[in-house]
Amino acid sequence: MAESSTLAQTIREIVQRHGGMSTRLLQILREVQDHFTWLPPETLDQVAEALGVSPDKVRNVAEFYSFLYTEPRGFYDILFSDNITDRMLGSRELLHYLCERLDMEINTTRADGLVSVGTTSCTGMCDQGPAALVNGYALTRLDKPRLDRIVDLVNSRTPLTEWPREFFEVTSNIRRADILLGRHFADGAALRAVLKRGPEAILEEMVKSGLRGQGGAGFKSAAKWISCRGAPGDVKYVVCNADEGEPGTFKDRVLMQDFADLVFEGMTLCGRVIGARQGFVYLRGEYRYLLEALKATLLRRREVGLLGEAILGDPGFQFDIDIHMGAGAYVCGEESALIESLEGKHGVPRIRPPFPTTHGYLNKPTVVNNVETFAAAAKIAVEGGAWFASRGTAESKGTKLLSLSGDCERPGIYEYPFGVTVRRVLEDCGARDAQGIQMAGPAGHMISARQFDRRICFEDLATGGSFMVFDQSRDILDGIRNFTHFFVHESCGFCTPCRVGTSLMRDLVTKVHTGHGTRADLEEMRKLGRIMQVACHCGLGQTAPNPVLDSLDQFPESWERRLRSTAYEPAFDLNAALEEARRLTGRDDPGAYLSGQDLLIGAMP
Amino acid sequence: MIEPRLKIATCSLAGCFGCHMSLLDLDERLFELADRVELNRSPLTDIKELGECDLGLIEGGVANVENVHVLLEFRARCKILIAMGACALNGGIPAMRNQFTLRECLEESYLRGVGLVNAQIPNDPEIPLLLNQVHPVHEVVKIDYFLPGCPPSADAIWTFVNQLLSGQPIALSYTQIHYD
Ligand SMILES: Cc1cc2nc3c(=O)[nH]c(=O)nc-3n(C[C@H](O)[C@H](O)[C@H](O)COP(=O)(O)O)c2cc1C
Ligand code: SF4
Ligand code: SF4
Repeated sequence: MAESSTLAQTIREIVQRHGGMSTRLLQILREVQDHFTWLPPETLDQVAEALGVSPDKVRNVAEFYSFLYTEPRGFYDILFSDNITDRMLGSRELLHYLCERLDMEINTTRADGLVSVGTTSCTGMCDQGPAALVNGYALTRLDKPRLDRIVDLVNSRTPLTEWPREFFEVTSNIRRADILLGRHFADGAALRAVLKRGPEAILEEMVKSGLRGQGGAGFKSAAKWISCRGAPGDVKYVVCNADEGEPGTFKDRVLMQDFADLVFEGMTLCGRVIGARQGFVYLRGEYRYLLEALKATLLRRREVGLLGEAILGDPGFQFDIDIHMGAGAYVCGEESALIESLEGKHGVPRIRPPFPTTHGYLNKPTVVNNVETFAAAAKIAVEGGAWFASRGTAESKGTKLLSLSGDCERPGIYEYPFGVTVRRVLEDCGARDAQGIQMAGPAGHMISARQFDRRICFEDLATGGSFMVFDQSRDILDGIRNFTHFFVHESCGFCTPCRVGTSLMRDLVTKVHTGHGTRADLEEMRKLGRIMQVACHCGLGQTAPNPVLDSLDQFPESWERRLRSTAYEPAFDLNAALEEARRLTGRDDPGAYLSGQDLLIGAMP
Repeated sequence: MIEPRLKIATCSLAGCFGCHMSLLDLDERLFELADRVELNRSPLTDIKELGECDLGLIEGGVANVENVHVLLEFRARCKILIAMGACALNGGIPAMRNQFTLRECLEESYLRGVGLVNAQIPNDPEIPLLLNQVHPVHEVVKIDYFLPGCPPSADAIWTFVNQLLSGQPIALSYTQIHYD
């Protein structure tokens, strides 16, 4: 009794700290989980009661996000980043090693309840992997000695705060800086510019700059701001998309870590231009380690008059920023799913139109931009549109941050003017022996050496920044298979072509990869891929087949050397599928087996 | 000149014969069909041995070793193989047992069922052994066409067979493949 009343009280306190607002539901659940290590059913009921929403709604949200647990988890929850770049660095072997040393199976919680070990989608540490999360905090540069020490720390129940700091060290690895990263920026300069020259003048500079969304889709940022500014209504919002879920990209992490002021300044500028007083940063759960520093930066900006009431002493200039944490859902990077998530719901993409610029957060006009876009906007306000547009190509002005990882000597962040060739990038990062590049992440495109003279810009190879290098020693299909698993895991399940299509695609790829496929399976993949491209509800499902389709075109030999010569192969081992019945009946007669001869007959088309 | 009649075979694997009933629902159109095709092995004829055929229509999913044999034989002898009905396409009703282990299924029926005397799991070699799960037919052999429905309506079967026989592209109207 006493126990349940303290539970209720703890939850009431958490809910109160969030103002009892149901839009904070995801944030509340994160905190409740931090407290209890998982979300027991009674905590969900209590949260529902305290917020005055239905328990079903709370359960829905709790079950949607992969970092929220509705089943018990270990006191230490270790999740290995399972991107292909982590695997290239040996993460699978380390994962097995750790489980062996902890005397447990992968994807389980140890019997004593002390530790869980599993995998998660890319944590954005591709340039310093193999990486993992422990209780949501990023671990980098894992190796066996490090894991040995982690085993000791876990078994001795050492609190996370006493673990060696270097385990959690995240470096920025900026290898090439251009106008965005390279030039000094004086805090407040963009805000002074908008106060002095007015929003229209700043918008003009934005138009002149030609800046396009750096999240990948490349929509003209000025057009977005103008549309939102012109949308009817007094209440508007600015949202910074720091979900950075695309495997292989980590430039937004570096911006949030080293250039947070610049990003916040871009958001505040946008608030002034469109007439918003509230902004949100949607920070992916994997970047939990940044939260305290970001909050401190916000606090400092309030103290020096760059945020909050009367910014720069102007009583008409009010704007503040809240940070919302995600909880392990790639689809929440899609802007309308992100808004749903910000509203405290599970992140299923909305039907568009209407677009966020007119019907966004709480159905109010909202600008959603990528982290890098806001950073660039702040610079443009100070240095001018022409300055920015002097770099890049006709349709892609300015620069792009690339996140380089995989088989290269110097992984990290490279800022280039748009239009740089793939070959130049490969030379700079020390990738001597590249066989192929996964551009713009699994949702992007796989290109082969024949295409290394292509240029990185919207006219040719568009990218949000992910750039994963595969050298000649790699099997391209390892990567493709990894990506198909990623999409199965991340599909939100709302629409059938994606929910079912991603699983079918994974199964087909696995079948061929393990040497059981035939030409008919390759044909089937193409057919399935085409259906997904047109029938899926959002970009996740529409782009999910890309790596498969691209590699079928670019690396046909990687697929073909895996094929069986027969025209068709069953999707499962027929004889093995009889094993259970043989055991149950004790039969051993010839009729209880399927021979290779039987199958040969059926293999004929 | 009389055109040689095309040969068709049909079979019911793990199905309920509902798809075959739907075939019979062609009613008077059966006469027209009979003029154009010759029925080979099928539950509707008494032919035991499958000959070389142009078309094979498969009802039902793959639940046991006999289903596998029949399906492999159909694939080997039919130029074009068609999965007919939800069970053939997805496993259908019989595949609902996939939620359980085979042991659970057999024990429920043969050990814990009501009114059993001398309860035991049957092990007579005459009885085809069950696969641990029920599979759609395309997971065992290559299927050329899929005709959805539970069962596909006689109209849908008629349209489909006609278009196929006359070499037209297959195009079923919305109402023929719409079920709610
Ligand atoms: C599945 C999916 C995931 C996405 N993830 C991100 C992301 O992590 N970060 C991002 O900025 N944009 C992401 N986007 C694109 C956003 O929907 C949106 O276009 C972008 O945030 C707009 O900002 P921008 O115009 O500044 O690029 C994603 C889109 C889809 C379909
Ligand atoms: S395409 Fe996938 S992620 Fe997008 S709505 Fe459909 S199921 Fe969800
Ligand atoms: S699809 Fe329907 S009618 Fe046909 S066999 Fe299955 S259950 Fe019977």
